[in-house]
Amino acid sequence: MLTSGIILLAGSLLSPNPGLIFWTAVTFVIVLLILKKIAWGPILTALEEREKGIQSSIDRAHQAKDESEAILRKNRELLAKADAESDRIIREGKDYSEKLRADIAEKAQAEAKKMITSAKEEIEQEKRRALDVLRNEVADLAVKGAEKIIKSALDADIQKKIVDSMIQDLSTKRN
Amino acid sequence: MKRVNIIQANSLLKVIAILVPLLFNVNGLAFASSEQSSGVTKNSSVAVAATAVSAPAAEVAHGAEAPEGEEKAGDVIMHHILDNSTFAFEPFGSVNLPKIVVGGYDISVTKHVVMLWVVSALLLIVFSVVGGKYKNMTPRHAPKGLANAMEALVEFIRLDVAKSNIGHGYEKHLPYLLTVFFFILFCNLLGLIPYGATATGNVNVTLTLSVFTFFVTQIAAFKAHGVKGYLQHLTAGTHWSLWIIMVPIEIIGQFTKPFALTVRLFANMTAGHIIILSLIFISFILKSYIVAVAVSVPFAIFIYLLELFVAFLQAFVFTMLSALFIGLATAHEGHDEAAAGAAHH
Repeated sequence: MLTSGIILLAGSLLSPNPGLIFWTAVTFVIVLLILKKIAWGPILTALEEREKGIQSSIDRAHQAKDESEAILRKNRELLAKADAESDRIIREGKDYSEKLRADIAEKAQAEAKKMITSAKEEIEQEKRRALDVLRNEVADLAVKGAEKIIKSALDADIQKKIVDSMIQDLSTKRN
Repeated sequence: MKRVNIIQANSLLKVIAILVPLLFNVNGLAFASSEQSSGVTKNSSVAVAATAVSAPAAEVAHGAEAPEGEEKAGDVIMHHILDNSTFAFEPFGSVNLPKIVVGGYDISVTKHVVMLWVVSALLLIVFSVVGGKYKNMTPRHAPKGLANAMEALVEFIRLDVAKSNIGHGYEKHLPYLLTVFFFILFCNLLGLIPYGATATGNVNVTLTLSVFTFFVTQIAAFKAHGVKGYLQHLTAGTHWSLWIIMVPIEIIGQFTKPFALTVRLFANMTAGHIIILSLIFISFILKSYIVAVAVSVPFAIFIYLLELFVAFLQAFVFTMLSALFIGLATAHEGHDEAAAGAAHH
C-alpha cells in the first residue's frame, strides 16, 4: 500500500495538466471580473459610505458637544453677568432708597421746623393782637370806669376851677 | 452547559458499551466477512471506473492489483484525490465529461474543472444576491442575514488583510484579494461535501492562482517604483560588488513566494483528505467494525472538523500572503526586514 502510494504521489499528484491550468485561469478571471462588477463594487462602496457616515456622525457629535459646551459657557457667563447686574441694581436701589429716605426725612424735619416757627410766629402775632385787643379793652374799661368814677365824683365848681387854672397855666406857659 | 456535556458523554459511553460486544459477535460471523468483501468489490468497481479514465498511474495500480484480486487502499485514496474526467455519483452511476483538444493541447473538462465551475456559480449566485442588497442600501440600514455574514468576511479581508498589509492604495487590490479568498474558500468547502472534489487540492489550480498573485505583485511593484526603482529593489540596496550575489537571490525570491503559496495550499488541502480517507481505510484493511467505530469514524470526524477550520485558514493564509507580497512589493522602505519576517511563514 505504501509503495503504491509513493508511486502514485510521484506519478500524478504533481503532474502538470495544461487543460486544468487553462480552465482555472479562464474561470478565475471571469469570476473576478463579474464579481468586481456585481459584488465588490457595491459592497465596498457601501462599506466606505458607511464608514464615512459613521465618521461624519462622530464628527458631528463632537461638533455638537463643542457647540453645546460653548453655549453652556456663554449661558453661565450671561447668568453671572445677570447676577452681577441684579446685585448692582439692588444695591443701587438700596442706596437710592436710603438717600431718598434721608432726603425725605430731612425735608420733613425742615418743613416741621418751618411750620413750628411759623406757628410760633403766628402764636406770637395772635398773642400780640390779643394783647392789643386786651389792652384796648382794658383801656376802654378803664376809661369807662374812670368815666363812671369821674361822673360820680365830678363837681362843677371844682372842675371849673381846675379848668380855669389849667387854662391859666396854658396861657402862662405859652408866654 | 457542562452538565449537558457530561450527560452526552455518559450516553455515548452507554451506546459504545452496547455496541462493542455486538460488533465482536457480528465480526465473528461469516456474514461480516461477506459484507466486507462486497464492500471491497464495490471499491474495486470504483477503481475500475477510475482506471478506465486516463491517469497512467492509476493504470499501473490497476495492473498491480489484478494478480492479488483485491483493491489497494492507496489506489482508492489517490483516485479520490486526483483529477479525472468522470464525475462519479457512486450509487447512481457517473457522468463522463467531454474531452476537448485544441491545437494539440488537451483542455478537456475534468472533475476539478467542474468543481471550479460549481464554485464559480455558487460565488456568482451568493454575491449577486449580496451585491444586489447593497445596491439599494443606504448607510442608515444595517445588513441582515447572508449580506451580514458576507460583510463580516469582506470587512475582515478589507481591513485586517488588505489595509494592514498593503497600506496606502490597498483599494486597487481589494477585488483580486476578495475574489481569491472566496474562490479558495468555496473550493475548500465544496471538497468537504459528499460527491465534491477539492479543486484546490490540485497543484495545477493552486499554481494558477499563485501565478495570478505573482503577476499582481510584479505589476504593483512596477507601478509603485517604476522600472528603475524595480531594478534597484533587486539589488536590495547593497554595495555594487555584492550585486552578483544579491540580484540572483532576489530574483529567486520573487519566484519562491508564489511557489510557496502553490505548495502550501495544495499540500494542506490534499493532506487533510488523505488523512480522512486513510482513517476510513484502516477499518477496511483490518476488516474490523471495532476499529471502524472506535478509531476510523471518530478520528475521521475530528479531522473533518479540522479540515473545516483549515478550509478557512488556508483561504485566509493565501489571501494574507498575497496581500503581504503586494505590500512588500509596493513598500518604499524596510522591505528587507519584512521579507525576512514573511519568509518564516
